[in-house]
Amino acid sequence: MPDVKKPVIAFDPWHPLNQLTPARIGLGRAGMSLPTRANLDFQLAHALARDAVHIPLDFNNLKIKLDNLSYVSQFLQSQADNQSNYLQRPDLGRLLNEQSINVLKAIESLQADAVIVVADGLSSKAIANHAIPFLELLVPALKAVDYQLAPICLVKHGRVAIGDAIAEHYQAKLCITLIGERPGLSSPDSMGIYFTYQAKAQISTDADRNCISNIHVNGLSYEQALTKLLFLIKGAEQLKCTGVLLKDETSDKAIDQLDGKNFLLN
Amino acid sequence: MYKTTAQHLSYNFKTLANSMAKATPARSGDYLAGVAASNNLERVAAQYVLADVPLKQFLNEALIPYETDEVTRLIIDEHDNTAFSAISHFTVGDFRDWLLSAEATTEKLSAIASGLTPEMVAAVSKIMRIQDLILVAKKCRVVTRFRNTIGLENRLSTRLQPNHPTDNAAGVAASILDGLLYGSGDAVIGINPASDNLEATARLLHLLNDVIERYKIPTQACILAHVTTTLKAIEQNVPVDLVFQSIAGTQKANESFGINLNILDEAHQAALGLKRGTVGNNCMYFETGQGSALSANAHHGLDQQTCEARAYAVARKFKPLLVNTVVGFIGPEYLYDGKQIIRAGLEDHFCGKLLGLPMGCDICYTNHAEADQDDMDMLLSSFAMAGGNFIMGIPGADDVMLNYQSTSFHDALYIRQVLGLRPAPEFEQWLIGHEIFNNHNQLKSITEIPALFKASLHAISGGQ
Repeated sequence: MPDVKKPVIAFDPWHPLNQLTPARIGLGRAGMSLPTRANLDFQLAHALARDAVHIPLDFNNLKIKLDNLSYVSQFLQSQADNQSNYLQRPDLGRLLNEQSINVLKAIESLQADAVIVVADGLSSKAIANHAIPFLELLVPALKAVDYQLAPICLVKHGRVAIGDAIAEHYQAKLCITLIGERPGLSSPDSMGIYFTYQAKAQISTDADRNCISNIHVNGLSYEQALTKLLFLIKGAEQLKCTGVLLKDETSDKAIDQLDGKNFLLN
Repeated sequence: MYKTTAQHLSYNFKTLANSMAKATPARSGDYLAGVAASNNLERVAAQYVLADVPLKQFLNEALIPYETDEVTRLIIDEHDNTAFSAISHFTVGDFRDWLLSAEATTEKLSAIASGLTPEMVAAVSKIMRIQDLILVAKKCRVVTRFRNTIGLENRLSTRLQPNHPTDNAAGVAASILDGLLYGSGDAVIGINPASDNLEATARLLHLLNDVIERYKIPTQACILAHVTTTLKAIEQNVPVDLVFQSIAGTQKANESFGINLNILDEAHQAALGLKRGTVGNNCMYFETGQGSALSANAHHGLDQQTCEARAYAVARKFKPLLVNTVVGFIGPEYLYDGKQIIRAGLEDHFCGKLLGLPMGCDICYTNHAEADQDDMDMLLSSFAMAGGNFIMGIPGADDVMLNYQSTSFHDALYIRQVLGLRPAPEFEQWLIGHEIFNNHNQLKSITEIPALFKASLHAISGGQ
């Protein structure tokens, strides 16, 4: 039997510093390359992030949960008819398809103060994990200030701007869109909220919106996101606009603001 | 003029811009813009047409009007006719054949660089295969200097990118140490700040300056804030090595970035005035990427690769230390999959190098693109074969602030081994001097933290 020793993984003596950052430091090496375990850990994280983009959102399940909460909801879809089309044609993801336009037209009472749009976006996991618990806080909060709500619009293959046409249809002042964000390896299920005052299809731009990003287990909590959103709603009612003029001035206790010491200068 | 017949079908592409767009290898951003060829035959027909266009025509037919676009004015006004004269009788097809020939030596390619326009190099790249892009780029040499020498033959540098989601100083320092101990950081130690404001930028600039001075690292620092933020930092005497800015190939796209040529010039002059370089004064760091003009709705009907090449005219004016094409960051709307990302990265490197720029590549992808680590390995290997000046170095390839994947410290060591590529010479000596590398371009096996950093680390482990 040939004399081949078990391979030695070079361990990085500074490995304990990984407590200071979520970055993948001190991974060690096999030769000069990534050791097997670290390589597989990366592939696992990538698989989760990829699946977040490509596993379709179970809209029926979402609707059942909303029904159980007695929240009225309806299905809509963009003009992007499949995932590949959705990823390559952001323009189509911003437009409602004909069937959806007809669904809206068929509704008799058309006025609402606020429209809540839930779109799959780039991470179905974000919506599957976070939309319902967030709505359980948001809907009562909006009702408490006497906002008339349109049915919650569940939009397949939707981009942020698809809320504009829906809000315009209901002549709603507030358009609140929950959407799955571009997934990262360390945050595959991050949900974002876009908030637009008096949204108008083809007129509102990204500069007219406010965004609350990074809602996930290691990011903003539902309560923190709600606090920010209610602050922005109040500000928008005063300024009669959203976007660059409206600043989020709530404090960010969720995010580590501590300026850790640079130990390299000890 | 832009007419041909292929398989009994006649094609009339009407303008140079249209011929170039239709001749471009397929990519999602050009479909999104509605400028791509509608099928494979139309694409090849356009490539035949483009191959017969005289290079002189590019000086007569501006793709975006001279009157309305300052990038066009820059390209035309600064065109060097004397340098161009050597190749002024070529068509685009002749140009390709000449570039591939032994006639086109490193010296000759350097000599014609100022006579080339971005549109000429974009056009020739559209009728080249990947091996052509590698072969010709490998013959180009662009060497730049600040505190070390980047771009020498058989050298590959890395930007150490120690990003942190909240710019936490201890977290940033941990990634810097990890990178340095893996031999990364000779192109620049460059942080994308989580928030683009003067206070955060100044704090991080001081942090990097202090680390570089304390450990006498022959490299330069950069905080990738907006150019106007960096200008303010310079005014407040914050130590600035390199001025960073994202740039694009049309005036309107640059306006969407909040910049123009005057602002860049002001920043360039301010940084030059600091005289912080020790072996040279290349003090600008630019980033680009196909799709940025379309994303700002400022592409004027041009294809995204031609817009990208025009950004290099902007870069060239300011003699940068580093130009980085961030190829896969923009997402699948512009570059759909690994195949499109790989080709785009090599096109950008080729075009930039022919125009005389120190090209690096952020070999990267997002999780909604059809790409993975294998695709990055293909681009990394081809890019290094083509003689790319620098790549990114990110812990474990995972940028925890920007949420995308790029090349890791390990990736750089892989390609150094396979192709025998060394870091910048000054940095290499520092690595050897501090027992991080041995004399054979390899990481040393260590069981303890090198003496250089021991005291600092002792202080934190003692404190915990």
